[in-house]
Amino acid sequence: RPCGARCPIRRPFLRAAVAAMRILVAVKRVVDYAVKVRVRADKAAVELKNTKMSMNPFCEIALEEAVRLKEKKIASEVVAVSIGPKEAQETLRTALAIGADKAIHVTTTLRPDQELQPLATAKVLGKVVDQVDPSLVLMGKQSIDSDASQTGQMLAGLLGWPQATFASEIEIQDGAMSVTREVDSGLSTIKLSTPAVVTCDLRLNEPRYATLPNIMKARKKPMDTIKIEDTGVDVTPRLKVLSVEEPAQRQAGEKVGSVEELVEKL
Amino acid sequence: FFGFAVAGMRAALRCSFRVPRRLGGTPSCRMFSTTEGGILLLCDHDNKSVGSSTLNAVTAAAKLPGDLTLLVCGENCESVAQEAAKIKGVSKVIHSDHAAFGHGLSENVTELVVELQKANGFEYVLAPSNTYGKDILPRAAANLDVQPISEVIEIKTPDTFVRPVYAGNALATMQSTDSIKLLTIRSTAFEAAELGGDAVSIETFTPAKPDAGMTTWVKDELSKSERPELGSASVVISGGRALKSAENFQMLYDLADDLKGAVGASRAAVDAGYAPNDMQVGQTGKVVAPDLYIAVGISGAIQHLAGMKDSKTIVAINKDEDAPIFQVADYGLVGDLFEEVPKLREKISN
Repeated sequence: RPCGARCPIRRPFLRAAVAAMRILVAVKRVVDYAVKVRVRADKAAVELKNTKMSMNPFCEIALEEAVRLKEKKIASEVVAVSIGPKEAQETLRTALAIGADKAIHVTTTLRPDQELQPLATAKVLGKVVDQVDPSLVLMGKQSIDSDASQTGQMLAGLLGWPQATFASEIEIQDGAMSVTREVDSGLSTIKLSTPAVVTCDLRLNEPRYATLPNIMKARKKPMDTIKIEDTGVDVTPRLKVLSVEEPAQRQAGEKVGSVEELVEKL
Repeated sequence: FFGFAVAGMRAALRCSFRVPRRLGGTPSCRMFSTTEGGILLLCDHDNKSVGSSTLNAVTAAAKLPGDLTLLVCGENCESVAQEAAKIKGVSKVIHSDHAAFGHGLSENVTELVVELQKANGFEYVLAPSNTYGKDILPRAAANLDVQPISEVIEIKTPDTFVRPVYAGNALATMQSTDSIKLLTIRSTAFEAAELGGDAVSIETFTPAKPDAGMTTWVKDELSKSERPELGSASVVISGGRALKSAENFQMLYDLADDLKGAVGASRAAVDAGYAPNDMQVGQTGKVVAPDLYIAVGISGAIQHLAGMKDSKTIVAINKDEDAPIFQVADYGLVGDLFEEVPKLREKISN
């Protein structure tokens, strides 16, 4: 068991008595989407020092959806989880301010953009799922740092749960869930049994901002801390990052004065 | 030919040394061919023909050691399997036809992929890096206890791959330590393989329990378009928020028809409802690399550039001369798009 007897996350005593579902939302702290990243001089990684960080935009959407499901009384409780350095607690505080009821921080010193890889993340999240016992796990469709788009699918695979990726609409009625997915050729709707893992796409919703009173209230909400070593998961990176480099820069172009000139150049 | 010779020698070496040891029994080349090595590529299709990104993935697979087996699974997709058998570079086609594989339900297809990998010992499992491949491959990887690699743009050695991170602002070279390697292939980074070779054998396979019983398909709402597919078009015209309305996008459709191109959109235009989601070009939409990309009324945010900056020639039409798009455009025209686009159409049709 990753958690000892003192671990405050426990399974509910009477599962049947809990009518509504519990939702686990996984959130990641990443370099802010508006920052133009720089590659470190040693070409080992992207520079993270003195870089503005924030919650991954797709995780915000996942969290917003969970909070909306709670507001519709479909969900009974929203638990946010993040794996990362101590600063990930800021991201979890944001999640609590937006409407999560409690938070779990799995601490690690591995860099979440390249050393902590999706397979290990999915395994650790699997352990958290064992503890929290949710009927739905909501995640972003990808994190904008490593751009892998894997963790949700891998978690579903490890748990043997159904998955709905790239969700743009989630409907839950009488325990039946249908999800509309954004696929290359348009939209596709599937029905899933629960428990399930759903990864969220941009069009699912528009995330709200945390209000000041809610930020204050969030300070009092519970946050549990677990060391990644205590989960019993082997988090050794399977992929060795040999180098990280800047892509080739495009040649500077020219401005043309008119459509005629443009067509001539082409 | 040299590549084949090397792969052949490698196979021969493995055949005489590794297989007997691993199986603890008689060395046999026939055993080898069904127990170790080779590449399995998941073929995407629309029940009529092989998806174009699968053709790009076939070219990527040619850079890896081993024979290439294409998996065509779906419901009533016989014609796709026959077309797949004629792709140059493919050694074998496995055709799995069952209602459970219709509409690409990931749980069922994943089980099939995992079962085939385990039965045949494929060293590589590949899929195109589109919504189909991205949905299935990571799930299969988890069940095989492998860390997959997404959006591979270059194969350096049999275990070292390059992929973009941070919206394409950095390229990471990574070496896999897993014995099985699962990759999704970014289609714009590899040429399309040719169709029309000699047909290879098609093996049919149905697993004992094809339906995992977790999901059911309800409906598809597919965007119908006569224009070429966005991901593989040689000309793409994209519009941004400055188009101001869905009606104004018609200008771009007309221009695209003149140039036999496809139409894309920025996230801003999609969010505003001017264009459907599947037209979005960018980090979280589609990645395109056409010969000609015309960005109309698009400022050029990092997220958008991630989806188009590998285009051969980029043209930007924008009234803000400081827009970041001009930093990547080969030819920039500062002006009002509502005047310039009709002029451009007129000029082209002459």
